[in-house]
Amino acid sequence: MTILDRIPAPGYVAYVIAVVIAFFYTGTLIATIGFALVLGLPLFFMSELPAYATWLEKFGQYIFLLVCTCIFIFLITPVLVIMPLSFNVEPYFTFTEGMLSLDPNAYSTRWYKDIFLFGMNDPDRTEGWWSDMWNNATWVGAALNSFKFAVLSTIVATFFGTLAALGLSRPEMPFRSAITSLLISPMIVPLVITATGMFFFYAKKDVFPFFPDGLINKDLGIILAHATLGVPFVIITVTATLTGFDTSLIRASRSLGANGWTTFRKVIMPLILPGMISGALFAFITSLDEVVAVIFLADVHQVTIPRQMFSGIREQISPTILAVATILVLISIALLATLELLRRRSERLRGLSPG
Amino acid sequence: MTDVTASGVPGEITTTDGVPLKTSLARATRRQRLQALVLVLPLLLFLLVAFVLPIGEMLFRSVYSPVGSNVLPNFSKVIQEWDGEDLPPESTFEVFVKDMRAARENNEIGKTVGNLATRINYEIPGSRGLFTRSARKLKNITEGPYKEALIGLDKRWENQHIWRTLQRVSHDYTISFYLAALDLKYDANNDIVRADPLYRIYVPIMFKTLWLSALITAICLVIAYPVSYLLATLPLRTSNLLMIMVLLPFWTSLLVRTTAWIAMLQTEGIVNDILVFTQIIPEGSRIQMVYNMTGTIVAMVHILLPFMILPLYSVMKTIPPYYMRAARSLGATGTYSFIKVYFPQTIPGIAAGTLLVFILAIGYYITPALVGGNDGLLISNLIADHIKKTLNWSLGAALGAILLAIVLVFYWLYNKLVGVDNLKFG
Repeated sequence: MTILDRIPAPGYVAYVIAVVIAFFYTGTLIATIGFALVLGLPLFFMSELPAYATWLEKFGQYIFLLVCTCIFIFLITPVLVIMPLSFNVEPYFTFTEGMLSLDPNAYSTRWYKDIFLFGMNDPDRTEGWWSDMWNNATWVGAALNSFKFAVLSTIVATFFGTLAALGLSRPEMPFRSAITSLLISPMIVPLVITATGMFFFYAKKDVFPFFPDGLINKDLGIILAHATLGVPFVIITVTATLTGFDTSLIRASRSLGANGWTTFRKVIMPLILPGMISGALFAFITSLDEVVAVIFLADVHQVTIPRQMFSGIREQISPTILAVATILVLISIALLATLELLRRRSERLRGLSPG
Repeated sequence: MTDVTASGVPGEITTTDGVPLKTSLARATRRQRLQALVLVLPLLLFLLVAFVLPIGEMLFRSVYSPVGSNVLPNFSKVIQEWDGEDLPPESTFEVFVKDMRAARENNEIGKTVGNLATRINYEIPGSRGLFTRSARKLKNITEGPYKEALIGLDKRWENQHIWRTLQRVSHDYTISFYLAALDLKYDANNDIVRADPLYRIYVPIMFKTLWLSALITAICLVIAYPVSYLLATLPLRTSNLLMIMVLLPFWTSLLVRTTAWIAMLQTEGIVNDILVFTQIIPEGSRIQMVYNMTGTIVAMVHILLPFMILPLYSVMKTIPPYYMRAARSLGATGTYSFIKVYFPQTIPGIAAGTLLVFILAIGYYITPALVGGNDGLLISNLIADHIKKTLNWSLGAALGAILLAIVLVFYWLYNKLVGVDNLKFG
């Protein structure tokens, strides 16, 4: 292994001594392994320093990598820690003795079942269980609402955002920077302010066609709010795909006899599609995660997953929230993987990637 | 393709159909500009309705408060003629009593005596009862002199302060909510003075928000700098792998991360468990780290960290590694070459990251609301409370307008220094 060559022998000796001391100090295997991992991980990332590097510099690099390791642990632990906790048999947010000693009886899936049971009229009844669950279970209803709002607002944001990004990336666009700043601003303006404004404006009567009572407590109000918040992400990602877009492709297409629509469909669209999809994913996750606008604009019929989590954390903190959180993390992982694949595809298409 | 025609000015170039090239070009450019604008127009209209007008409505609400003229339509006109000396004339009192009596019959939202009493109570704390109680007894006053009768009901009607406030409230447009948001008020002589120390809450919270945001930004910068450097210098394959560790929290729901931090930081939580387990602190003295300012800071640093790492990383990736090597070969020490060569090149990234994190931190609501307890609350939480709980909408709107102004200043700065076009994710 090349790693052996990169680290001077005293480094190993010090490492082994530190781990042994940790073992005698804590007296348990788990803690020692954790300690050994934290101290040992940086060793793997030690790069070959030039020959003139002093002993002090090598030590400095190790310390730097140790600090980075700790920061990565800080970043990732909260996301990972909720997963085992959600299988806790006890109604607490903490690791019990049994969980630490890997006792199977200390783990259960009761909180996952609770996602479906909580709020049902009669969870023990067999007849009509499904319709009871579908119609009355709090979390199921919240999930349905969340996905409804997310899908619809994503469609709106992606449609308008892509059109606007196409316009913005044209060299002839007048007032480009002013308009871009305005279109990005929903991301910058604090959510509370946006939500307050919408709370006042959407409550107006006789302003909105088909909605004489205003948009408060209506699905449309939340969809408009979420689409507004998703627009900046679509603009940013689609504009990023359009930078370095070879405009001569459009001219080539037109000179070969294609009309504007065909050019868009056959030439522009395939090239910006990865940007559009990643923008749409951003808009989707923004809506799925949004709670302030829901708090301000919605009533009990429009409770979403984050809204339910918000009131859950405030009122009756139960590991069901952790079970929901775990599922949400899994969804984020899936979305992140999709996004990464899209990015690679886009880079390959545009010839930016080295390999 | 072009030729010089007889009709044009000699020497002027025209297109084949005889139009001067300049005109034709201008026309083509105009058409292209229009096309670009037409593509952006739908979104502009959409945002106008869904975003710009709502914010305009909030700004309007912060200065527009027609309670006075709604509740007391006739009195609010008559009182304007009063010069503010002594007490208003008997005729004004008569209009007041009649208006109040009419208002008591009115149950329409925004037009009741209760609404007016609440509005006056914002200006003179503790005066609410004066209005509601007097309004109940007004039916006994059937004929003049109204001034004496009213003062007979309650001695406080003799107070000039009440009448001056009523005169002010009778205007539909007011700056008194901005005064309240800045911990100022009108005194009995209509001069603007600082509020009583007990009522000075908004400016301290505003400063606390700014200070806390600055602290969180600084912590983020200190943490993000080494990580971004590592990500930028490692081989692409490894750094892409490590990047997942940054992007996964970024993509994880805000509520999930906040919940996770509650699980981590509570007194029976994981951090305390580890501290007790490693005997850094004894079992009896577990540290309260959540539902206070510490919880807000830790959770917000974690949530905003990716917004610092990503811009720093994208700037650091463009810095060629041989600059540092050149500095070293010219005899600079590691530290010196870092300070003189590497660090200055990362300043654009620092500017982008710090401004972005600071802007986002100022307006944070959810995390402080959940893990902030009482002393970790920020200005956003006060705004939300005024809108959702105390229902002092105009004050909430005024606080929102001030927060918006602060954010826009930093957004403008961000635009100047970094440019919105450089905003990227991942």
